[in-house]
Amino acid sequence: MNPPLAEPPPPPVPVLALGDVLLVTLQGDLHDSAAERLQHDIAERVAREPVAGVVIDISGVEVVDSFLARVLAEIASTARLLAARTVLAGMRPAVAVTLVELGLTLPELTTVLDVGQALALLGRTPSGPRARQGGA
Amino acid sequence: MQVPEQDTVPESAARWVGEFLRRRQEQIAQRWADAELFRTVFTVSRDEAVEACKAVLDALSAVAAHGALENVAAPGFGPVRDQLGRMAGSRSRAGAGPARVADEVAALRGPATALLRGEFEDPSSEQAHECVLALTVLMGTLRLVVMETALGEGEQLIERQRQQLLEVATPVINLWHGIVAVPLIGTLDSARSQVVMENLLDAIVTQQARYAILDITGVPTVDSLVAQHLMKTVAAARLMGAECIVSGIRPAIAQTIVHLGIDLGTIPTRNSLADALAHVLRQQGIAVSAGAPVGAVPR
Repeated sequence: MNPPLAEPPPPPVPVLALGDVLLVTLQGDLHDSAAERLQHDIAERVAREPVAGVVIDISGVEVVDSFLARVLAEIASTARLLAARTVLAGMRPAVAVTLVELGLTLPELTTVLDVGQALALLGRTPSGPRARQGGA
Repeated sequence: MQVPEQDTVPESAARWVGEFLRRRQEQIAQRWADAELFRTVFTVSRDEAVEACKAVLDALSAVAAHGALENVAAPGFGPVRDQLGRMAGSRSRAGAGPARVADEVAALRGPATALLRGEFEDPSSEQAHECVLALTVLMGTLRLVVMETALGEGEQLIERQRQQLLEVATPVINLWHGIVAVPLIGTLDSARSQVVMENLLDAIVTQQARYAILDITGVPTVDSLVAQHLMKTVAAARLMGAECIVSGIRPAIAQTIVHLGIDLGTIPTRNSLADALAHVLRQQGIAVSAGAPVGAVPR
């Protein structure tokens, strides 16, 4: 039997641009290196492009720990320094309960039920940009 | 009564008692039907009481015939367990405590022993003593079976009701499109607050609710633990993207919260459920206006 190979690096989390909103969809576990890469990517994109908001969709995440919570909070703080707003969308009930039990209530993050509402909040409807101004 | 030297009952005596119970079933049943236990449970007809006595005697006779006098779990008791449970339940509903029921079961021994003694020409012979002892042990076992069955029924009842309480007491109401409310009633403990939280969060997902109202009008007291549960629920709802409002805090509870030094500052509160709903509707830009006044128009 061959000795186990070193684990291949996890693929980077894609960051999609929808007009001036960045959409990040997290799925399953987020490895340390992928998280670091994601933070770096978002910071670069927000600084380089005219980004008004970052939407992080975590509806596909079933387990969170304090690490992921810290990564999310750091992304939000970084984006705010660069004048962009971060919205967290679609947290599952079990995940919300876990975070609260851990005492991580993420006060610096705006939260919404799903990506559609996040885009509406940032002043874009899913069908077209600038359809509705302002939001909440 | 002279107690035999050995504590164990010889198997022959047990068999003999089993045979005796079967042979004298009718007479014993007639006497037992007049005993307090059967008389008070089967008030409608005496025949019914006699039938019930016969069923119990059948079971006792089967258990004795197998020589398992002290075995509470003997299969012979199987057929009458239900009946014994119902009888014990009926007695406890009539206000007789467990000790009283045990006494009533014990009182069944007297008539049976009297008949048993009558079977022997010499009631003081060793065989007679052995048989009386066997019957005594058997009746003791019956008493244990009755108590065990009664307690088991009670536990099942409590478990069922606890479950029902959890289900009944925590409904999530869809007040408006995207607005859900939970009217909390009664004391909140950890188990209930957990259920409330889970139900509310699930409802937020299924109803796509952006607002959730926790109404605590029906909560008699709030201590630091309950306040902590409320804060956790509100925080979890917020993480999911729904704003959570607490309504219906009564003046006494408001004072208690302040005296306990609990900071509910992060939780939006409203006076009543109606106020909370009005606030949420305003937030969503929904205007509710009074229509034309509706009087008592004859139809």
